[in-house]
Amino acid sequence: MVHCFEQEGIRLALDVASGAVHVLDPIAYELCTMLTPPLEEQCPEQYIRAMAGKSEEQVREAYEELYGLYKEGFLFSEEEKLPDSLIKPSDSPVKALCLHVSHDCNLRCSYCFAQTGDFGTVRSLMNAETAKKAIDFVIERSGKRRNIEVDFFGGEPLMAMDTVRTTVEYAREQEKLHDKKFRFTITTNGVLLDDETTDYLNREMSNIVLSLDGRKSVNDAMRKTVSGGGSYDVVLPKMQKLVQKRDPDKDYYVRGTYTAKNLDFVEDVLALYRAGFDQISVEPVTAPDGCGYEIKASDLPRIREEYHRLVRTMAEMRDNGQWFNFFHFNVDLEQGPCVIKRLRGCGAGCEYVAVTPEGDIYPCHQFVGEKEYYMGNVKDGTFHRERAREFAGVNVYTRPACQDCWAKFYCSGGCSAANFHAHGRIDQSYEIGCELQKMRLECALYLAAYESLKEEK
Amino acid sequence: MKHVKTLNKSNLKKTAAAGGCGECQTSCQSACKTSCTVANQKCEKRR
Repeated sequence: MVHCFEQEGIRLALDVASGAVHVLDPIAYELCTMLTPPLEEQCPEQYIRAMAGKSEEQVREAYEELYGLYKEGFLFSEEEKLPDSLIKPSDSPVKALCLHVSHDCNLRCSYCFAQTGDFGTVRSLMNAETAKKAIDFVIERSGKRRNIEVDFFGGEPLMAMDTVRTTVEYAREQEKLHDKKFRFTITTNGVLLDDETTDYLNREMSNIVLSLDGRKSVNDAMRKTVSGGGSYDVVLPKMQKLVQKRDPDKDYYVRGTYTAKNLDFVEDVLALYRAGFDQISVEPVTAPDGCGYEIKASDLPRIREEYHRLVRTMAEMRDNGQWFNFFHFNVDLEQGPCVIKRLRGCGAGCEYVAVTPEGDIYPCHQFVGEKEYYMGNVKDGTFHRERAREFAGVNVYTRPACQDCWAKFYCSGGCSAANFHAHGRIDQSYEIGCELQKMRLECALYLAAYESLKEEK
Repeated sequence: MKHVKTLNKSNLKKTAAAGGCGECQTSCQSACKTSCTVANQKCEKRR
């Protein structure tokens, strides 16, 4: 399968099975969109006739180049279906935790999928004993996997800083005993960042995700304090300070959410850049139908225009030495993940689980509170292996909508939670999510091509 | 080549042989937490 598309005057062909990406001139592009494998060595006359207005010599030349790539396995390459034994993680080792150290929050964001922090349950903080049990659980369940990740999440995790510190300290002790390597990350709204906490997070966290929506007006319309005021002025200086002090070799993202109320979200991305951030992620809201700000299928054309405006703006800014990174436009054409990872996806429910302040286990943070997806508890050691196997069994091959999709090796079959919330099942793709994924991926490939052509010049 | 510029000649199919170690970062932990994007991640063996 080959996906051909044109963006901002650059014509691209993605060979889906190999992952090879080609920039084509107008003749090669037109020809490529007509070809169907298997290709013959000599250019069939039908293509010469179909491109009657073009120079026959040029058409034959372009065909020869496309045929050469076909023979090398970089165009119209055949997909080889891998056996289940390779794709499904055996015995479903758990190696990543979303540790909900707090089901409480000091903001009252209108769009919060955690229902302002408590996930529809009670406001609570995780105690040290439960956190240690969670670390024991992941060490035991990780099997031969050496790298273990823990994301401190909530609610607002800084409300449980004592637990965060205890967890890190305990995990560092345990990793030596069990030959493991823990990587910590945190997702925070920044309200409680003081100098001491900032320095601690900059030292211990390999990635910090800072929640901020962009323009002050947009941020404050959704991200409100407990008393109903805007949070922008409270958190911005703290986040700026954290980023200024952060080791540039360590990751961070300022992460915003866009909703149907700010479909001009390029302005928010640029507002974040102007505020001093160069690692930016602005993502569509996860919201129920009828809330008034959910992303609807009818918004997709407008969002497409906006992603195009964003990538065009980024390219122009980079030409002028103004560089920032947009998370969803990252695509690594050379050093990306292996095909097995691409088929498996995020690993929710098997490699990756969420643990609540009470120690309850769910397939991921977006399933927390969904009773039917309860998977056990770290305190009593219960773990619903059947449920883990069910999640481990879902991959690109088993999701019907992925079969003929050109983006399958980049999004890996989408988000199980998004599918569940849209359709009540984890293997039925959330169509709006699929469309957003595809438009972002085209922008990412365009940007990679733009930069590569620029280097050549 | 005159008509085609190939940006990468990596071959996804070949990565199956040495792949699947599971040591790489869980995609949802990287920034998003609300969408699944895998292709922007690094292979742990090639970091």
